[in-house]
Amino acid sequence: MIETDLLPRRRCQELFEAAARSAARQGAAEIEVTLTASNEALTRFANNEIHQNVAERASFLSVRAVLDHRTARATTNRLDAEGIADVVEQAVLLTKSSEPDPDLQPLYEDDANVDTARYAESAARCGPAERARSVGEAIRRVESEGQTAAGIYSVNHHAEAVLNSRGVYRYYHETLTQCSITAMGPDSSGWAKASSTVHEDVDPVALARRAARKAKLSANPRELEPGRYTVVLEPAAVLDLVGQIFPDFSGTALHDQRSFLNERLGQKLFGETISIWDHADCPLQTGAPFDGEGVPRRMLALVERGIPKEVAWSRAAASRTGVEPTGHGFPLPNEVGEAPVNIVMAGGRATLDELVAGVERGILVTRLWYIREVEPYDKIMTGMTRDGTFLIENGEIAGGLKNFRFNQSVVELLNHVEAMSESVRASGEEAIDMVVPGMKVHEFHFTEVTRF
Amino acid sequence: MKDMLDLATRALDFALRTGVPYADARAEDIRERHVAVKNGKVAVASTLASAGIAIRVLRDGSWGFAATDDLTAAGLERAAGLAVEIARASATVKKKDARLAPEAPHVAEWISPCEIDPFSTSVSSNLDLLLKIDAELRRNPAVTLAESSLGFSRKRQYLVSSEGSRITQTRTTTGAGYAAYSFQDGDIQKRSYPNSFGGQHQLKGYELVNELRLLEHAPRVADEAVALHRADPCPEGVFDLILDSSQLGLQIHESIGHPIELDRVLGSEANYAGMSFLTLDKLNSLGYGSEIVNVVCDARLSHGPGLGTFAFDDEGVPAQSTPIISDGRFTGYMTSRETAAVVGAPRSNGTMRADGWARLPLIRMTNVSLLPGAQSIAEVFGADHGIYMETNRSWSIDDKRYNFQFGCEIGWEMRNGKRVRMLKNPTYSGVSTEFWNACAAIAGAEHWTLWGVPNCGKGQPEQVMGTGHGASPARFRNIKIGSAQLD
Repeated sequence: MIETDLLPRRRCQELFEAAARSAARQGAAEIEVTLTASNEALTRFANNEIHQNVAERASFLSVRAVLDHRTARATTNRLDAEGIADVVEQAVLLTKSSEPDPDLQPLYEDDANVDTARYAESAARCGPAERARSVGEAIRRVESEGQTAAGIYSVNHHAEAVLNSRGVYRYYHETLTQCSITAMGPDSSGWAKASSTVHEDVDPVALARRAARKAKLSANPRELEPGRYTVVLEPAAVLDLVGQIFPDFSGTALHDQRSFLNERLGQKLFGETISIWDHADCPLQTGAPFDGEGVPRRMLALVERGIPKEVAWSRAAASRTGVEPTGHGFPLPNEVGEAPVNIVMAGGRATLDELVAGVERGILVTRLWYIREVEPYDKIMTGMTRDGTFLIENGEIAGGLKNFRFNQSVVELLNHVEAMSESVRASGEEAIDMVVPGMKVHEFHFTEVTRF
Repeated sequence: MKDMLDLATRALDFALRTGVPYADARAEDIRERHVAVKNGKVAVASTLASAGIAIRVLRDGSWGFAATDDLTAAGLERAAGLAVEIARASATVKKKDARLAPEAPHVAEWISPCEIDPFSTSVSSNLDLLLKIDAELRRNPAVTLAESSLGFSRKRQYLVSSEGSRITQTRTTTGAGYAAYSFQDGDIQKRSYPNSFGGQHQLKGYELVNELRLLEHAPRVADEAVALHRADPCPEGVFDLILDSSQLGLQIHESIGHPIELDRVLGSEANYAGMSFLTLDKLNSLGYGSEIVNVVCDARLSHGPGLGTFAFDDEGVPAQSTPIISDGRFTGYMTSRETAAVVGAPRSNGTMRADGWARLPLIRMTNVSLLPGAQSIAEVFGADHGIYMETNRSWSIDDKRYNFQFGCEIGWEMRNGKRVRMLKNPTYSGVSTEFWNACAAIAGAEHWTLWGVPNCGKGQPEQVMGTGHGASPARFRNIKIGSAQLD
């Protein structure tokens, strides 16, 4: 049976039973309990030394009561008897004060066993000394190029369980190792990042080497006029930009008419090569295989050959529309309903180098930054390039460029994809980690150039 | 709940027993309530209670930090020991010793003003207000989505340090706001009140909700959201730009507030939030704005009830006011005890804050505000021809805080001080120093509002902090407008 000392199963059962007894005394027979426990450590470095180095440990008990088509939630990290009684009292009082919702579903019932883990003992054991040793090696790699390193190396262990009065008991835990490095020269920088539930797959020195190489190659950056260019977007840049559209693949977003898919579902919207799934069981993915109510996640064909097909449905949204829930609901109550969170995008067969080789004149983008939505229906996004922007001439890197601001419709972008590399697990800062390819895209719209 | 001050003291003692030369312990007890209504139904009704302790130690010139919610003696001892172990590991990869600028120990207790305890109001009365607003917004049948929310927070903080500080603070904040959306023919438009992204947020009790007169503004907000479908697109070109005070607050946040964080300037945030164009050589020499631009970073209550108002920061340094831009000249950074020592400043100006008990204090904006100007509102709006924009819709700035682009919910073309037509999807862009040097008029104190930004992200692991920004409407000459257009 899958279990971790961070959140022992027996402790989950005891906490649930204590909460249920307390709720029953207050006239609430139906409760859902979500338990989370985390042990997180992050070593941060800048100017070639560790400057921040932190660890945090926390456990939370969250209680949702359901009474007469009403629901509300109270959460605490005080897990003694008094804390449990207080949080249950809060949940019940809030629920009684709330208004009935005809769309509210009774608590979920299902005895399927979907418990799983993505756990690496080596990650859980990685302490401050090991993290410092790895960071020290990565810094030395960047320093050897005469550059300055900044970044993080973190190891998190997270466990969660969802239990309810109708017998649901879901359990999941994972370790996640992350490393991100920026290498800086006098007038250039490079960046690389990786995250994985497999501790050994994250290699700080390899990332340092990649970041340092980018910083070296982008030295003495030139200024190029803004305009429309063919670009090669590395997977992290694809993730950060394309990742902005997925909250709209939601039954609630469609119902609220705030999705760019309104009046477009089932129509050809993107290029023929674009296929995207939500796939929680993909080995490169992270996160629990069940949603906030404990519903198992189902694989979704979000886009098939350019046609948006499926969206995520929470139980409430599904009931309102007469479809089956897909296991993507956020913990109730909430404003946004549901969203796909395990994105896997079909890639191509080219390598990134081959994508670059296929560009006569264009721009290679390592990373994008500060992406915000300018127009919600065409999904026009603005943001900046950062930490490795290169001119491509005759299929080769011809040097570094000063950074650009872009204003680009993601709908248009996904119609302008000429070629893709193999999909990989990518990690950025503007969207959740996803499995995406690099892309060669024509007519990408840079609107301004900055001075560095 | 055990006495949190006693627990903090015990945690500090465990750390000091290891012989570290400096340590502090910060215990926090946090309580929150959030209620929201969407299209006539309760969308959220939730509470959060969270308590824990953070221990920060300086050993061998390097930092260690550990936080825990295990408040047993064993839990506190374990966390203190881990903080020391982490500091020892940090010291194996260091270039220089961290030093702290001097600060006298402080013993104090402070409670932020709060006329009406928001937690004394009933959840049903909170929801009743939101449901009334919701009904008013949806009275216009073309409104396709109405969202409204209230949020309350109370943080009790207990800080003790090896230097003898013993500080207790209680801060209560309130936030309230709503938005109306309209979808028609592939066009999604939105209007918010009193600001976007959750409304207005201040260091106040429920009296803020009463002051905002939320219900009264709902019909206008709904009508404007719908009217935007018929408005002309914002033209592209160079125009005089007039900003309302809420958008100007965010402009200050992004193009002044972040660049003046001395940890960014010194490289601490290079991998994530980025650095700053305000390198040390620019202090007291850079012309950051026109002569009428005066900006302060002020955490004192006398500045107003902002999200950046407190009595002491999370290093125990008293709230201060620092001149940031004085008659257009760049005159100050936001500092911590460590960064103040790096640049030879005699003292930190008190801006270190953590977003909860689990996180390390970082330099964070307190209330970074543009002081009121001497111009009348008529002079601000008095350009022959210009564009007036209200309420932020999108914001983006590069990692050195230089090139920015903002979008607003609504704009108007102005001629001789009069609104001549409504404009949809207005955007503007520029470079921080050029923008502030183009400031031509700032309205007076009677139009000045201290806005709250509740969602400022910084640090790894990321922390989300509330900051304050006071501003009056202002006019800027020759600003690039409409650059977000696709062609």
